[in-house]
Amino acid sequence: MSKPVIATTSLAGCFGCHMSLLDIDERILTLIELVEFNKSPIDDIKTFTKPVDIGLIEGGCCNSENVEVLKSFRKNCKILVSLGECAIMGGLPALRNGIPIEECLHEAYIGGPTVQLNKDGIMPNDDELPMLLDKVYPCHEIVKIDYFLPGCPPRADLIWDALVALVTGDPMKLPYEVVKFD
Amino acid sequence: MSDLIKFKIDGKDCMAEAGKYIVDAAADNGIYIPTLCNMKGVQPKGACRICSVRINGRLMTSCTTPVTDGMEIESDSAEIQDLRKSIIELLFVSGNHFCPACEKSGSCELQALAYRYQMMVPRFPYEFPLKRVDASSPRIIKDQNRCIFCKRCIKTIKDEKGRSYFVFRNRGHKLEVVLDETMGKTMDEATAKLAMENCPVGSILVKERGFEIPIGKRKFDKEPIGSDIKL
Repeated sequence: MSKPVIATTSLAGCFGCHMSLLDIDERILTLIELVEFNKSPIDDIKTFTKPVDIGLIEGGCCNSENVEVLKSFRKNCKILVSLGECAIMGGLPALRNGIPIEECLHEAYIGGPTVQLNKDGIMPNDDELPMLLDKVYPCHEIVKIDYFLPGCPPRADLIWDALVALVTGDPMKLPYEVVKFD
Repeated sequence: MSDLIKFKIDGKDCMAEAGKYIVDAAADNGIYIPTLCNMKGVQPKGACRICSVRINGRLMTSCTTPVTDGMEIESDSAEIQDLRKSIIELLFVSGNHFCPACEKSGSCELQALAYRYQMMVPRFPYEFPLKRVDASSPRIIKDQNRCIFCKRCIKTIKDEKGRSYFVFRNRGHKLEVVLDETMGKTMDEATAKLAMENCPVGSILVKERGFEIPIGKRKFDKEPIGSDIKL
C-alpha cells in the first residue's frame, strides 16, 4: 500500500503553524516514514503532482490568490484541515475586517506615521498583484473544511495527534492542555 | 437540618437548603452548571442563558430559579450541552474575539467555556462587527469588540455612594457598556483592577500593564472552568 499523501500551504498566515508542525521534533522522522509530502513549502513542491489525502491549510483568505490556492486544495485533497486561528476565524489579519479597504491601504502606503519614502503617494496597483478581498475570510466560509485544529499556533502535540488519527483511522484523543486558542 | 429539601439533577439525588438557586445548590452537591454572567454575591439576572437546564420540560436559567422539593433537573444531556455550546459560539461570532491578541486569554471565562465544550469552530458565520476601543479614561481601556453585555461591571463596580462606574449607552444593535466619563477620571487603581477581574472576557483592561501572567500559569491553562466544583 502506498503512503498517505499530505499537502500544506500558508495563505494569510505567518508560517507559525508550519513552525509548530516542525515542532513535533524527532517525531518528524516517524512522520516521513508514515506519509509522503506533495505540494508544500516544506519540500518546496509548487504544484500538485498527484491526488492528496490530507491538506493542511494555514491562514485565512485575504486576497484572490489565497482563494485560488484554497480552491485548488479542495479540488486535489480528500480531507482539508484548517490549521490555526487564522484559517478558522481570520486571525490577526482579520483585525482589518470592518475597516474599508481604501482606509487600510491609505494607512499602509500614504498616511501611516512610518511612511516616508512614498512621496508620490502610490498605492500598489500592478496587475500581477492579487486583489485584496473586502475582508479576511475564514477558510470554511470559502470551501468545505473537514476538520479544525485551533491554536495560535496549534500545539505540536495536537497536530501530531490529528495526523496520526487521520492516517491510522483511530479516534483522536483531545487532552485539555492541547486545545487552546492562543 | 429541617429546612433541607431533596431534588434530583440528571437522576442523582441531591439535597440543599430550600430557596437556594439551582446553580448554587448543584455546586453544593458537587455538580457544575456553567455560568457566565452570574457572580457570587450579586443578584442573578439570567442574561447569558449558559446555565439553562430543563425542568418539567421547560428550559430555565438555573442562576435565577430557586430549587424546590422534589424538583427533577436535566443538565448534562447531549441536547442541553449542545444548547450551551451554541450560546458560546454565538457570543464568539457576534463580537470580535481575537484570542491570540487578547490580554485576558487564558483567564477568560468565555474562552474557558469554549475549551470545556471543545468548540473547534463556531457553526455560525462570523459577523466581524465594527466596534470601537475607548482608551480615553486614565485607568482603563474599554474594548467594545469583546463585550458580551453580562452586566457584571455595572452591578459590581460602584463608588462609595453606590453609583455604577459603568452604564449602558444606546439600544438594540448599537448597545454599548461604557465607562461614565466623569467618574472614570477619578477611578482609583484598586477599582480598575477589580473591574478587569470581574469582567469575564477581555473587555475591561487596566492601562499600562499587560500579559503579566506567563502562559502555563493562567487561570484556565491546566484545568477546565468548573474544576473547583467537586465533592
